[in-house]
Amino acid sequence: MRLQRVGAHIVLENAGVSLGGQTILRGLSFSVAPSEVLGVAGPNGSGKTTLLRLLATLVRPDEGDGRVLGAALGTAEVYPIRSQIGLVGHIPSVIGELSLRENLEHATRLIGGDLSRIEPALRVVGLDEAADRKVEASSYGMLRRTEAARLLITGPKLLLLDEAFSGLDVDAQELIDALIARTVGNGGSVVMVSHDAAHLGRRAGRVMSLSAGRLETVS
Amino acid sequence: MSFWDQALEIARVDLRIERRVGDVLRIILPFAVVALLVFPLALGVDLSAISRLGPAVFWAIGILFGMQVALRQAANDRTERRDLYSLLGLDPAARFAGRSLSGSVLMIGFLAVLLVATVILYGPDLPAGWPGPVLIGLVLTGIGLTELGTLAGEVTAGLRNRTALASLIVAPLALPLVIGGSQTLESLARDAGILPWLLLLVATDLALAVAGVALARPLEEASR
Repeated sequence: MRLQRVGAHIVLENAGVSLGGQTILRGLSFSVAPSEVLGVAGPNGSGKTTLLRLLATLVRPDEGDGRVLGAALGTAEVYPIRSQIGLVGHIPSVIGELSLRENLEHATRLIGGDLSRIEPALRVVGLDEAADRKVEASSYGMLRRTEAARLLITGPKLLLLDEAFSGLDVDAQELIDALIARTVGNGGSVVMVSHDAAHLGRRAGRVMSLSAGRLETVS
Repeated sequence: MSFWDQALEIARVDLRIERRVGDVLRIILPFAVVALLVFPLALGVDLSAISRLGPAVFWAIGILFGMQVALRQAANDRTERRDLYSLLGLDPAARFAGRSLSGSVLMIGFLAVLLVATVILYGPDLPAGWPGPVLIGLVLTGIGLTELGTLAGEVTAGLRNRTALASLIVAPLALPLVIGGSQTLESLARDAGILPWLLLLVATDLALAVAGVALARPLEEASR
């Protein structure tokens, strides 16, 4: 592969993605260094979510090359690095029939983690009193806090945030900010996408604009 | 975390969810028992015919409703959950093994209750000492059906109308299991050997297990 930017967490070179016969992303070339926060702004339907799924190794590039955490996209190299990626998508990734605490226990057991980390994480996200509530009886903000607690436990090296601030109160937004700071502080990197360029500008070191599947540097 | 630790965790959570939601216990099983109850009405009062048809009705209803037990996970498997599992580093083969394990527990329990109901309602003519061999056949059939359902769920993941498609995949491929399971009972009733039929069931179960584990990763990647 031609990609040689040593140490970068993300390197894309003319990467493109098509889904259902339709081109969603094309000609994407950029890199993200360790401890960097990249913001990608774009209107609905511009391909932001697909970009994050590409970086999360959950979709393959149909054209071009890419590496995430050193693994070549579209190859078996991505399987072992997936557990170092944290994705906060549009829909909270929780199992509806379990309680918030059970969701965290399940995730912690699957990664072979220490169950004693759950209580401190619940306290940090402010869910220690409501942890036994079922997912279906929890608010959207509580589910987002549960995801934040899970990310505190798993400690991803690459954090991908998809409109992660929308629908959250100020406290929850501060929690996501703290998660970003913690990831960056540990040498990880963050890519966040939103339709709101202003809020990306406040948090990201660099902001790019995505329009009709193509990227442009804004700041 | 080892393969089996992950598989057992998936099975544990799946059984916990079933305990809360009760797809099998509260929905599928009662309907299956009602179907067993209703069937003799079509045969009138010919008690010997009812007794003779008992095993066949058991397998017909067991396979029909058992497919719903086998496919219940596929119906509940959302993209977000699959993505979450991928990003937690869950081995897709461990997920297949875990789901097959929990599904088998439910399937065997389902078929066992149905068998007891069949014996009570139909009074089939079975030789002494039938419960042991029948139970072995039932366990092997249950495991195979669950593996098949789990595999069909993986094949159809990410597709529209996946539940309907999965049923269409399971129905013809369940044929060796239907034959093996039904012939075990038939052979017992005729006092003939059941070993060939048990071996057919074992071979089918093993083939499905190997296919499920080997295809888990490619199927997961292809579903995106």
